[in-house]
Amino acid sequence: MAEVITFYVLAALILGFAALVVTARSAVHSVLFLVADFLCVAVLYVVLQAQFLAVIQVLVYAGGIVVLYLFVVMLVNLKRPAEAYSDPNRLGRLGLAMSLAVVAELGAIAAYGWVKPDGPASTLDAANVEQIGMALYTDYLIPFEVASILLLVAMIGAIVLAKREM
Amino acid sequence: MIEAVIFPLIKIVIVFAAVLVAVMYVVLLERKVQAWVQVRLGPMRVGPHGLLQPIADALKLFVKEDITPVRADKWVFTAAPVIVLVPALIAFAVIPFANQLSLFGYTIPGRVADVNVGLLYIVSVASIGIYGIILGGWSSNSKYPLLASLRASAQLISYEIAVTMTLVTVIMLAGTLSMVGIVNAQLAKGWWFAFAQPVAFFIYFVGGLAETNRAPFDLPEAEQELVGGFHTEYSGMRFAFFFLAEYANMIVVSSVATTLFFGGWLAPFPNVSWLSWLGYIPGWAWFGIKTFVFLYVFLWVRATLPRYRYDQLMRLGWKWLIPLAILNVVVTGFLKVLL
Repeated sequence: MAEVITFYVLAALILGFAALVVTARSAVHSVLFLVADFLCVAVLYVVLQAQFLAVIQVLVYAGGIVVLYLFVVMLVNLKRPAEAYSDPNRLGRLGLAMSLAVVAELGAIAAYGWVKPDGPASTLDAANVEQIGMALYTDYLIPFEVASILLLVAMIGAIVLAKREM
Repeated sequence: MIEAVIFPLIKIVIVFAAVLVAVMYVVLLERKVQAWVQVRLGPMRVGPHGLLQPIADALKLFVKEDITPVRADKWVFTAAPVIVLVPALIAFAVIPFANQLSLFGYTIPGRVADVNVGLLYIVSVASIGIYGIILGGWSSNSKYPLLASLRASAQLISYEIAVTMTLVTVIMLAGTLSMVGIVNAQLAKGWWFAFAQPVAFFIYFVGGLAETNRAPFDLPEAEQELVGGFHTEYSGMRFAFFFLAEYANMIVVSSVATTLFFGGWLAPFPNVSWLSWLGYIPGWAWFGIKTFVFLYVFLWVRATLPRYRYDQLMRLGWKWLIPLAILNVVVTGFLKVLL
């Protein structure tokens, strides 16, 4: 019973902060609401008994990625007025099209999601770091290596884009 | 019921109070130690040998006028000191001060909580504390604090990487992420990890100096000493929070170094028979002594070494400490497989 209440409170907080991210007037406030959002997600992970995932969520997402978002947002001048398009309703129509696409996706997930395909039998205890490590380096080695290479590519790309011509 | 709820609450209150008092007296200790190194006496007037100086400082900061710049972002300006202080304090929740204490017939474990990912918990809350510094500088709506805060946070996230790598080697030796488990692993292996991993300990200590913005890495706080860095626009209690957070972080780094590298609450030389009287000193006293030694080294280093320039600081972190830490992980891995 307590878990159900906790889940709904957390879900309300997460969705509330997410809504505030999108509607905040200042970009820095948006980023801060995003941090709060990620912290609530970490609490949700703890409720689901996945403590390792919770700490990694805080450490990597809230403590690493969003800090860099914050740097970028603070250093970029966001106060220029938006350019005026010749068609004033353009943004409204784009918004409507994208929200219809999201609704269609959610409907598809809801409709087809009831039938779960047989995945690998999950005997992993999400709180046991040793088991996660073993699974990551044996069963799921290829996705792990692909993720590492993806990060390496992103780093090289960032360095190439940012370096000055010597 | 009592043991699950009341004891942790009491422990939280005790740890909280102890940390705040310790922080106040570390401030006094710093002034005294720096003074003695510089052949002068430091605070002597308030109380015997200046021992009531922290209380005078606390009262002063309480009653000072609380100024908020007119065009500062009010919510973020108010929140920034809190975001810096809270992570520094909640990191004490997983630090084991002692093994078991027997009081009034109850066996009380000597820590507030034993989380199975305790070490990662401390690292992750430390990374949340960086937000307070960035936001403190940005929300002041003023040039020097903004620049200083960006520098300070860049320094912190750079040295976080080296520090986390050294923690990885400790985890490799201990086989567990839980702080209590790491102390027990040192007990089981018979020697403290500082002797098994001297390089990791050295990198951790240097990284800890940088993480807490202490000399010789305190350029973000000191170059704009005329202006004060990211806490320029803060006065009174808000400034006190930043101050408290810095010293609380120092105590956290010292406690973690004690737990990970120097055996936490273990007595030294447990196998030497003529030193067995050391075992009669309680575990929490050993923890306190070791942490105090580290704190003293922090203060000693500040009084002794000149400050690094900012680019030298970043070069040290990225070009020396991080490759060294990664090399340490690789070598430790090899040795663990071979031995």
